[in-house]
Amino acid sequence: MEQSATGSAIAQHAIALTINGQARQLRVNPWTTLLDLLRENLALTGTKKGCDHGQCGACTVLVDGKRINSCLTLAVMKDGAEVTTIEGLAEGEALHPMQEAFIEHDAFQCGYCTPGQICSAVGLVNEGHAQARHEIRELMSGNICRCGAYTNIVDAVEAVLGQNAGATP
Amino acid sequence: MMRFAYQKPESVAQAAAVLEADPAAQIIAGGTNLVDLMKYDVTRPGTIIDITGLDLKTIAVDETGALQLGALATNAETAYHPEVQAGWPLLASAILAGASPQLRNAATNGGNILQRTRCYYFYDRAEPCNKRRPGSGCGALEGVNRMHAILGESPDCIAVHPSDMAVALAALDAEVSVEGPSGKRRIAFADFHRLPGDRPEADNTMERGEIVTGISVPANPFGPHQTYLKLRDRLSYAFALVSVAAAMRIEEGSIAQLRVALGGVAHKPWRRKEVEAQFVGRPANRDTFTAFAAALLEGATGHGQNDFKLELAPRAIVRALEQACAGTPQDQACKVVL
Ligand SMILES: Cc1cc2nc3c(=O)[nH]c(=O)nc-3n(C[C@H](O)[C@H](O)[C@H](O)COP(=O)(O)OP(=O)(O)OC[C@H]3O[C@@H](n4cnc5c(N)ncnc54)[C@H](O)[C@@H]3O)c2cc1C
Ligand code: FES
Ligand code: FES
Repeated sequence: MEQSATGSAIAQHAIALTINGQARQLRVNPWTTLLDLLRENLALTGTKKGCDHGQCGACTVLVDGKRINSCLTLAVMKDGAEVTTIEGLAEGEALHPMQEAFIEHDAFQCGYCTPGQICSAVGLVNEGHAQARHEIRELMSGNICRCGAYTNIVDAVEAVLGQNAGATP
Repeated sequence: MMRFAYQKPESVAQAAAVLEADPAAQIIAGGTNLVDLMKYDVTRPGTIIDITGLDLKTIAVDETGALQLGALATNAETAYHPEVQAGWPLLASAILAGASPQLRNAATNGGNILQRTRCYYFYDRAEPCNKRRPGSGCGALEGVNRMHAILGESPDCIAVHPSDMAVALAALDAEVSVEGPSGKRRIAFADFHRLPGDRPEADNTMERGEIVTGISVPANPFGPHQTYLKLRDRLSYAFALVSVAAAMRIEEGSIAQLRVALGGVAHKPWRRKEVEAQFVGRPANRDTFTAFAAALLEGATGHGQNDFKLELAPRAIVRALEQACAGTPQDQACKVVL
């Protein structure tokens, strides 16, 4: 058992998470972030670690449908939650419309920020607060792209928002 | 990150009891500030007390017309709530001017007003900082101080409070409800945060063991005459260099009521009610706004790299007052400043 700064013993905690539709029973240390749990313990390395401080958005995942920075989230605090990562967006071989749109609009270069961008964009569409391009830009501002693919990312998100607007009268 | 233990209490009383009994325990809510600070080793809780299971998530208008916000309602839920958008657009706007969508989905109202300063010296354990290590000195005073205070500083600390939401709450005369070992109390927003003085380690006037349970914001008569103008190094996802929460009521071309709070310039949202009162009855025009800005900023001093704020702040105040006067609040998505 590990010890705290003050020397007392620290227990691991049992948590239940549904990750990409699959129920998991896990034991975690209190200091394990959701990002490290995904990458280091569950080999779900699609979610990226950019800054590890909430400043870049590479680690964005959906928790109970809402986009958050997994690097600033302690896994132990998400007991019972549903987590969706980039690995969980496609339905079998069929890519998620946002994944399709990123390919269609050439919305990445190196691809490092892309899983976070796509999860963030899916969250943006769910939230329903963006329509115009300037709104997409503002509400995608939590995702930094060092390659500067921003214009094409906005194109991709705009296209998906347009498809949805067409689908729901 | 240091190792720490984890507890999830089921009541505010239980959480407060743990907090009071264990000096090394700290509350965690959204975690977006605390986890960051723990990773930098700026703070080292022995135990974290997860309060997210507590029933403090309300967003509602009470019988007096006041907005009641639970400490654990998220920043996103609050800012997009229809009642908040309709009755407290200044608050909604200030929240949406801060951080990023992901962070606002996790950040709580209690955590937001209790977030710590972003001063580089506070974050860097190799540097002196009276706020992080009392008595070690202030590295910013003669150092890298572009983001720092121009008002209310002390020789011991020139850090600023980074919250946008707090600036709106100051302008809107909010009250913070806290609960702790000595019961419940309400703290006027102006008395909640403090100036650094010779005790910069204390950001606010809460006592050991106290927990923020909620924030109440009275109804206001400002309608569309309220705005949050935030100026920063890039258009989004950056802390304020200077921000202004401004609201006014105009009668026959004159100022009938005026509220202005500033962010990015002091250790707490900067507001002076006596200066506001002096300008009631004056014509609502640019000359008045310019005179008001000068009066509100009286005594402001730069520390080198932040000297530009002495020029930026009055211009931002005038512009925000023009926006409030015209009833054309700053749009937080379209960043054109009209
Ligand atoms: C990259 C980045 C950019 C940001 N940009 C901005 C910005 O532009 N503007 C802005 O305003 N903010 C900004 N933020 C800060 C963000 O708004 C805060 O981190 C957030 O509001 C904190 O809320 P939380 O619930 O996550 O707090 P936590 O991290 O959980 O807690 C923060 C502090 O408050 C204490 N605490 C929390 N809740 C309570 C309670 N109910 N009672 C007693 N103590 C409590 C904790 O012990 C801790 O000390 C940014 C953050 C990041 C990481
Ligand atoms: S890795 Fe989480 S925001 Fe950068
Ligand atoms: S595609 Fe390279 S960082 Fe965005």
